[in-house]
Amino acid sequence: MSGDLSTPTDGVRTEPAIEATGLVKAFRTARAVDGVDLVVPTGGVFGFLGPNGAGKTTTIRVLATLLQPDGGTARVFGHDVVREADRVRERISLTGQFASIDEELTGSENLMILARLLGLGRTQAGARADELLDGFGLTEAGGRTVKTYSGGMRRRLDIAASIIVTPDLLFLDEPTTGLDPRSRNQVWDIVRALTDEGTTVLLTTQYLDEADQLADRLAVIDHGRIIAEGTPAQLKASVGAGTVQVRVFDPAHRPEAERLLTDVLGTTVQTGPDDDALSARVDGPGRASLALAGLARAGIDVTTFALGQPSLDEVFLALTGQPAQAGTDAHQEQAP
Amino acid sequence: MTTASTTHHAPGSPDRALRDALSTRPRPPRTSALSASLTFARRALLKIKHVPEQLADAIMIPILFTVMFTYLFGGAMAGSTREYLQFLLPGTMVFAVLLITVYAGVNLKTDITSGVIDRFRSMPIWRPALIVGGLISDAARNLLAAGLVVALGLAMGFRPDGGVIGVLLAIALVLAFAFGLSWVWASLGLVLRTPSAISAVSFLVQFPLTFASNVFVDPQTMPGWLRTFVEVNPVSLLVDAVRGLMHGTAQAGQIGGVLIASGLLVAVFGPLTMHLYRTRT
Repeated sequence: MSGDLSTPTDGVRTEPAIEATGLVKAFRTARAVDGVDLVVPTGGVFGFLGPNGAGKTTTIRVLATLLQPDGGTARVFGHDVVREADRVRERISLTGQFASIDEELTGSENLMILARLLGLGRTQAGARADELLDGFGLTEAGGRTVKTYSGGMRRRLDIAASIIVTPDLLFLDEPTTGLDPRSRNQVWDIVRALTDEGTTVLLTTQYLDEADQLADRLAVIDHGRIIAEGTPAQLKASVGAGTVQVRVFDPAHRPEAERLLTDVLGTTVQTGPDDDALSARVDGPGRASLALAGLARAGIDVTTFALGQPSLDEVFLALTGQPAQAGTDAHQEQAP
Repeated sequence: MTTASTTHHAPGSPDRALRDALSTRPRPPRTSALSASLTFARRALLKIKHVPEQLADAIMIPILFTVMFTYLFGGAMAGSTREYLQFLLPGTMVFAVLLITVYAGVNLKTDITSGVIDRFRSMPIWRPALIVGGLISDAARNLLAAGLVVALGLAMGFRPDGGVIGVLLAIALVLAFAFGLSWVWASLGLVLRTPSAISAVSFLVQFPLTFASNVFVDPQTMPGWLRTFVEVNPVSLLVDAVRGLMHGTAQAGQIGGVLIASGLLVAVFGPLTMHLYRTRT
């Protein structure tokens, strides 16, 4: 099937955050990135989804100017990642898959050193470090070496280190891999707060619910190629049917609603155990809206009209032919 | 906001403190090459502060070799320990400092294999700053080793005829050569796979160079073939110049030779290191 669902950016005329064309990066034997075309619009969270070894990290490393591509081009806010690497670096921040902070230093020292490298004065750097530690719930841990931090604390410090100066584009490479649910939710909150401030986030993940929770748009990568792109809803709608769940206000209208839905959807309508409930499989959201319009025209009031979609897990399986999270070795994708 | 209230909010929740921390502010002007290098030097010194064991070599080598050679071999080699110390001390200073120059490569390799390098390399900073900053902090380590040898020597009865100026110039000359040599280890640090491989190579190279030199004994007692090697060994040339400075008998040619050698090391291995840093990491 053709997985490409990309539509022109929704009328917004701003420059895309990322524009990659035919990106190739090969290591000794394998082409880790094998012709990636990608447009990431400015604003919001763009999810980059794929199993281990699919090429997510390598793509990010090329976009973050850490690796030179072997073919193709990539621009970040219009700047070429190879020829204008320093212009790109002024706009981005990277939170790598493995904590990119100094274990031997304290949380506060880590932030201060990075703040000084970014051009903040001594006192400004100290103030900024304190502010970030406070905001990320690390005030008490600020004076301890990072070695003593839990996984969730490390992640928060790592993200804090990435936003000392607010980046226009933040790369988050598997930010919640290995975190407990509470820490994961904290990271999600931070990501949402960041995008509210206008930062574009490119998030890689192998967790489908994470992409579902955070991403405005998604690209699915497998074997170094983008195999599907779109909003989470578009991706789900593209793979298999969903279900319409309807509850009518007046149970007496249910037989009429059943007849109408059968006509519009062209499928069998099931009546639920409750006397006001009906459900039916649909091919896509288009038919479901027709059904809703039909019910309205017939004067049937509904209390519930829900389009239940297939989970991203089902999408993933359909696109890649393998279930997500098949691999257990989170390290195998790391570039040599 | 008081400290008490900040400890109560759920960490990471999108509360006020987080919103405040996230609010956009103007990007400061790009930091200068010097300031970035000094910040990296400060980072390296902070690491030493938290893991002082890193200084074990810089402290133990000066003490061990000055004390051991003076009292163990001094009588046999020069008749008296006091006389031998006059000859030995400039040599052990060179010996101790050269041995620990390998940290330039070891620390660089350690940085490169850790995740933190990715962050530095994705920041808009002067690229060589990480390496230059490391060399600045190495200079502090080398100075510590050199200072220890001199202080220990003075306590044991070493009396330099060159006076305070002579000793300071001698230390400066050793540090200059060490700076040049550090680039060799830095470039090796980018080629070899592990920090311990760099240490191993360094010992293979440095032990013959430092022992087959005039550090511990006068080459006059050696067989001809060995003396030929010792006399062209750059370590011997450095020791000659350092002895000269400490005892007030240095010739301009000796010092000039060492400075030229140091300059050549930087000229060759500096660009090589930068090239490797760009392409290998």
